[in-house]
Amino acid sequence: MAVIDLANPSRFLKFANRTIPWLGGVTVVAFAFAINQAIAAPDDYQQGATVKIMFLHVPGAWLGMLAWGLMTIAALGTLVWRHPLADVAAKAAAPIGTAFTLMCLITGSLWGRPMWGTYWVWDARLTSVLILFLLYLGVIALWRTVEDPSRAARAVAILTLVGAIDLPIIKFSVDWWNTLHQGASVFRLGAPTIDRSILIPLLLMTAAFTLLFAALLLAAMRNEILRRRVRALRLMQASCVS
Amino acid sequence: MEATNHMAFIVAAYAAAGAVVGGLTAWVMLDYRMQLGRLADLEKRGFTRRSAPALSAPPMEQAKEET
Repeated sequence: MAVIDLANPSRFLKFANRTIPWLGGVTVVAFAFAINQAIAAPDDYQQGATVKIMFLHVPGAWLGMLAWGLMTIAALGTLVWRHPLADVAAKAAAPIGTAFTLMCLITGSLWGRPMWGTYWVWDARLTSVLILFLLYLGVIALWRTVEDPSRAARAVAILTLVGAIDLPIIKFSVDWWNTLHQGASVFRLGAPTIDRSILIPLLLMTAAFTLLFAALLLAAMRNEILRRRVRALRLMQASCVS
Repeated sequence: MEATNHMAFIVAAYAAAGAVVGGLTAWVMLDYRMQLGRLADLEKRGFTRRSAPALSAPPMEQAKEET
């Protein structure tokens, strides 16, 4: 099946129905392996055992930003190309991105208390991630406010494109401002600055969470297509009754 | 730095992540069941998509019967 074929919702549903069980299975195996590696990882010489919180915090941050990045591409698909699945993908990604951003904020806060002595500071990195979380809530609220999905999609697409400005701010906040949050240590020019004994479990956990993200996104897109079919049939029912 | 000093924070972080991800996964799975149920209910009443084969009575007649 060519990628372009997936633009058709019915074909996408067939693809999703076939792929989701396999992806779910691979995700479970990946988590079993990654958690095993994470438990076996040594304590960090500075952070001690709290480095294990990073195995949740980093994937949460990565996927929170990835989801908004995908929503930005989908927003272009809605506004420029009017792709049939673009707003379906955008709507499905929003709650998933919200959940991973929330996971990033909670785990970061729980790491910050023993390491920095506080759960929260109004640091540029922390604040810009909190703004991302609030943007996600705004997008979900907007989807729920406008009843017609195609009208809602256009409004959400504009908000998503405006909100995309936050992504480079999150990434480069640690370089542009003097922040308590440390600079990039994995996704940076040159080699990561983390020891292999911690880097490998971190990457494995990130890969497992990314697989989970892909499975959830496919499943949520399938749900959204079905929801639109239900809506269309209910409209048909209402027009028949009247 | 003693690991046990911070064990409560580590456990809380994993519990919170489990709750967030588990809740999200459960919501997606329940939503799927709910949409399938709604579609099945509409199809039982004779409302099907044009591309799908119609069940029993045509929707117009069935809807009139219900009113």
